[in-house]
Amino acid sequence: MSTGTSTVEAPTTGGAAVLRRPRRVRALWLAVVLLVLVGVALASVLVGSRDVAWADVVAALGGSTDGFEEAAVAKRIPRTLLALLVGAALGVSGAVMQGVTRNPLADPGILGVSTGASLGVVVGLAFFGMAAASTVVWVAIVSAGLTAAFVYVVGSLGRGGATPLKLALAGAATSAALSSLVSAVVLPRNDIAGGVRSWLVGGVGGGTYDSIRQVLVFLVVGFVVCLLSARGLNSLALGDELAAGLGERVALTRGTAAVGAVVLCGASVAVTGPIGFVGLVVPHACRLLVGVDHRWLLPFAALVGAALLTAADVLGRVVARPAEIDVGIITALVGAPFFIYLVRRRKLREL
Amino acid sequence: MTGLLTTRDAAPSTVEAVRGGRTRRSARRRVVVAVLATVVVVGFCVSLVFGQTTYPPADVLRVVLGQEVPGASFTVGTLRLPRAVLAVAAGLCFGLAGVTFQTMLRNPLASPDVIGISSGASAAAAFAIVVLQLGPTAVSVVAITAGLAVSLVVYALSSKGGVAGTRLILVGIGIAAMLDSLTAYVLSQAAEWDLQVAMRWLTGSLNGARWEQVVPVLLALVVLGPLLLLQTRDLAATQLGDDTASALGVQVERNRLLLIVTAVGLICFATAAAGPVAFVAFLAGPIAARLVGPGSSLLVPAALVGAVLVLVGDFAGQFLLGARYPVGVVTGVLGAPYLVYLIVRTNRAGGSL
Repeated sequence: MSTGTSTVEAPTTGGAAVLRRPRRVRALWLAVVLLVLVGVALASVLVGSRDVAWADVVAALGGSTDGFEEAAVAKRIPRTLLALLVGAALGVSGAVMQGVTRNPLADPGILGVSTGASLGVVVGLAFFGMAAASTVVWVAIVSAGLTAAFVYVVGSLGRGGATPLKLALAGAATSAALSSLVSAVVLPRNDIAGGVRSWLVGGVGGGTYDSIRQVLVFLVVGFVVCLLSARGLNSLALGDELAAGLGERVALTRGTAAVGAVVLCGASVAVTGPIGFVGLVVPHACRLLVGVDHRWLLPFAALVGAALLTAADVLGRVVARPAEIDVGIITALVGAPFFIYLVRRRKLREL
Repeated sequence: MTGLLTTRDAAPSTVEAVRGGRTRRSARRRVVVAVLATVVVVGFCVSLVFGQTTYPPADVLRVVLGQEVPGASFTVGTLRLPRAVLAVAAGLCFGLAGVTFQTMLRNPLASPDVIGISSGASAAAAFAIVVLQLGPTAVSVVAITAGLAVSLVVYALSSKGGVAGTRLILVGIGIAAMLDSLTAYVLSQAAEWDLQVAMRWLTGSLNGARWEQVVPVLLALVVLGPLLLLQTRDLAATQLGDDTASALGVQVERNRLLLIVTAVGLICFATAAAGPVAFVAFLAGPIAARLVGPGSSLLVPAALVGAVLVLVGDFAGQFLLGARYPVGVVTGVLGAPYLVYLIVRTNRAGGSL
């Protein structure tokens, strides 16, 4: 990406320049996003039902947990890390799903993938006494994958293939069906209902180093797979025929990228519960910042997703002090209007 | 000359064919309606007679007629009768309202429990129970108002040079997501006892149905039901598409608003009494369409199917499944696979209902 690109870029003007942001613009946005990310992460450690001083933060970062303030900070650090990780995972997962399906409405929540993962976990907890955290992650990922495959197949049946609206409808219908099954499983089981209900809202409040360690491997694998398929996604964006003509193995690329997205989504659901709309909003925002090239889009989606989810978590801690609002609630309240805005646009352009 | 002659010869046979088809279809519809009505009546009687203790039909009849029968008066008169009446009334409301939406928007997914109306009523009810600590009647009023308001918001947000069915569904799903998250937040703040009340309500349950809850639903059914049935012809015309309908003399926008308000009214009153019994509004229409066949109004058959679903679901949830489940869980589990099947079929065939 050094001299080669710049010589290619030099003669392009007009339409191409709109799609391909100059490197300076991208670098600028990268700096801005990184700055915001650091700021938000700091805020997440500083802000909460109890205000803490700088000295306490510094001390707690050094590992000390003396006194209320430092203990509070020590609790907030893993929570912040979890929010960053899951936000990044959801952002990338959404961006890849939008790329794979070429659908601006794609999102782990809207396509029903999160609900599928939830159903798997809830069934495992209720009927099979599933306890080990690693099992939960595996079950979540496998059921997320099954749901994703199902929704895609259903959405692409019939005339016109997987058009944005058809796919979104198939996902929403599947999601509604699965969530009614979830509540049917949970309701009669008073022993697990309380814990499961708060998990189903989606929050990072329970984040510990342990919970991070359990999903870290999966998240890293997911990130790597997604980033490696960035080039393939760029070809897919040209349409299946053209991509095949360019030497892309369309089915393989689509499959690999989808697996990456599903792993990311399933692992996040397993640890935080389903958090909606991050995967929808973030890629759209990033496309405005850096254009449609997935090699830039995916890393940006990770950064912006991390910043967004952490910010939403901080917001949830601030608005209802001393109580907390789970981050899943905040993202739904912020993200759903954006979804409606997208739906209202006259024509839903395929990506 | 010859051409004229052939048309003249063909004319009676075409007329006969059309007439024959029409007679056959309306006969089928009459049979279906009669069978469904019988099933509702039988189900109603069964749920009065059978239960933890079974009373002879003669005793039950005497209780229903207002006589005192030791034992049976309480069990049948106070517990089972309002419950069964509520099941039938709520089922009729759900079925009517659901099929109205599905027909009007030409999409089976456009049922009130998918497009956010039930979510609106639920969120408002949860808020009223947990935060405002209101009693049952006030909760119902709040739920009804909120359901109406949400449906108008969804309608307004999805109208953009005419309301497209798909857009309305997706807007409704977005609104539903917001409202559901509000409900989740309210529930997470709830005290243990309020949580029990709210959860019972949110699941859709006929447990502990009392006459005070049943009467408003009956009133809504008596007032709004006929109003809806009067629109049958216009509703059938809207099914042909907005342009065709307005060419046929239907005032599309006004008619649609009237239908929405009436249907939402029915849904909200039923929801206020029984909670959002999952998927009844959604299932009734497609099942009725399958039974009746194409070309005739689905309002009455769908209403009856709704009543059957709630009655059977409630009875099965109480006595047939081992543990006692609220009716909403039973219909939810039944409805989920059907919902998936329906989206598969709609996508493959492009069918509307």
